[in-house]
Amino acid sequence: MIINAIFSPEFLNATLRATTPILFAALASAIASKSGVVNMALEGIMLFTALFGVIFSAAFHSAWLGLIATMAAGGLIGFLLAFFVLRLKTDEILAAIAINLIANGATILILLAVSGDRGISSSIHSIIIPRITLPVIKDIPFLGKVLSNQNVLTYISLIMVAVVHIFLYKTPLGLQIRAVGENKDAAESVGISSTKIRYISLTISGILASMGGYFLSGGYMTKFTTGMSAGRGFIALAAGAMGGNTPVGSFLVSLLFGAAQALSNILQLGTWSYELVQMLPYATTLIGLGIYSYTKMKKRQRLTGK
Amino acid sequence: MNSNTKLNILRIVLSILIALLISFGIIFITSEEPVRAIIQLLTGPLQSQRRFGNVIEAMIPLIFTGVGVSIMFAANEINLAGEGAFHIGGLIATYFALNTVLPPVISSMATILAAGLFGMLITGVPALLKIKTESDVLVSSLMMNYLILYFSNYVLNNILRDPKAGAVVSYAVPDVTKFSPIISGTRIHVGLFIALAVAVLGYVFLYKTKIGYEIRITGENREFARYSGINIVKITLVSQLVGGFIFGVGGGVELLGMYNRFTWTSLLGYGWDAIIITTLAKKNPIYVPFAAFFLAYLRTGASIMSRSTDVATEIVTITQGIIILLVVAEQFLSKYKHKIISREARATLIEKEGE
Repeated sequence: MIINAIFSPEFLNATLRATTPILFAALASAIASKSGVVNMALEGIMLFTALFGVIFSAAFHSAWLGLIATMAAGGLIGFLLAFFVLRLKTDEILAAIAINLIANGATILILLAVSGDRGISSSIHSIIIPRITLPVIKDIPFLGKVLSNQNVLTYISLIMVAVVHIFLYKTPLGLQIRAVGENKDAAESVGISSTKIRYISLTISGILASMGGYFLSGGYMTKFTTGMSAGRGFIALAAGAMGGNTPVGSFLVSLLFGAAQALSNILQLGTWSYELVQMLPYATTLIGLGIYSYTKMKKRQRLTGK
Repeated sequence: MNSNTKLNILRIVLSILIALLISFGIIFITSEEPVRAIIQLLTGPLQSQRRFGNVIEAMIPLIFTGVGVSIMFAANEINLAGEGAFHIGGLIATYFALNTVLPPVISSMATILAAGLFGMLITGVPALLKIKTESDVLVSSLMMNYLILYFSNYVLNNILRDPKAGAVVSYAVPDVTKFSPIISGTRIHVGLFIALAVAVLGYVFLYKTKIGYEIRITGENREFARYSGINIVKITLVSQLVGGFIFGVGGGVELLGMYNRFTWTSLLGYGWDAIIITTLAKKNPIYVPFAAFFLAYLRTGASIMSRSTDVATEIVTITQGIIILLVVAEQFLSKYKHKIISREARATLIEKEGE
């Protein structure tokens, strides 16, 4: 029965849905990592922006204006992280942990102030990004059911894979980002300001993560609940790393984690133990990371003859 | 006291002050009665013996986690599975206490030991995974925490759950294993002494033993450690295992001292609290109790404030975050540092010329 469920178009449709927030964050992680900074604050940025999305879309009476405002907020948090790491020389991991901590507390405080509740944003009339049916594609057998009737942000996340790929590999700025991440001193020696490039990378990283955050409360779910990022920012770090921090690689790994999440969502409805099924996305990430790192290690050992 | 230590203290004090000021600012913006809220936050814990007792009670688990993470971070390995190790410590303590019949004291000690061993397992997995596959410890340790949470929920629901209790809680831990209060009018338990002993032992381990020295050398400069003939793989693993053990013991002690039943159905955040404590204590276990006291005081104050005013306790996580950001920021006060260093250099120069 489960096997049937997995190969059904409905499951693949759900997989794409569950992949979306992880994919945005994985792309965010890839850009930051390409510039040589680990953005562990993705978790906090997603949590913050999941809440901001609800508030902004309600304030502007528009899901799209809400999204734009949320992206600005996400970019700002990325910029702040960059400020602490680059200007004040704060350790990047500790700075990120601090931002994540602040996100945990501040989202509850803000939610409480705006809605009077500390758990869920029910009283805020947020507007979610709609799902759309794709003409023509929806009529293709099987594939139509997988690809059509997704949230607009899901389509945007797929487009972003291509956009980020072109950005990183076909534009001068992308080249500079990769150069700085590859060898900061060499990049500096040809006149690239590594500080400036990293400011830009972390800001873009924040913007991408905020789109994932927005999707969580305005598409995947229809409300904000406290702690709703639930480690997706951390999973995205793994997805980015395992995808070699390339957009396409990150996308493929995100799909795997999205499938684990979707499977977990389905199995929770069945007779399986709810708690054990919830472990699935995290176990997949852990095991996937282990296998990926192991093959990479072996390959390196073979190349260096050690 | 040399100028560097002085500067460090100054930086920490200033960071705390700035963080508090920002938090007060937030309270002023959001609260209807900001002054009363701030007074409650700062002086609330001193208003009664019971409340001050709450500070000490809250300090106990923080000491364990602070010492544990100090030892793990000393090897410069960002292993964040302490959160999971603490959680499983509480779970295993409950399971062990419910399933063994041992005389008093021995029962408690055996329970804590079991909790510690499982804690060790949790931080050990990311460390071993790194040794065997070169996986990034940061990510794998974070995944461990979620795995432990759901595993623990599973055990609670399916094995330990007391069906007669209304909420999702375990059977009551037997009195013979539990710690009883040592000061009447408070819930301060014998775990306080264990925690303080762990801080002292942690200090001795890290600063007075050969293996502790090797851990710190490895943390400061891996290559140097390697060329000095230190087995850095082994040393890093040892530091992660010892750290996890302390986290596990902390979870066990917390459960035996403060709970009648296992009730943890979400992560408690002690792994993150540990980060701010080790930041303030500069990775030195002997300073951990002071940092833990500070954080416990702030927490207790916030909880008193939230009960009597309209400000929520979560304001403290913002204070915490800002403290970490500023204390770790190398450039914070760096101009002042330069000034001090150059003044001292000039003073020694003048002294020398005078001779």
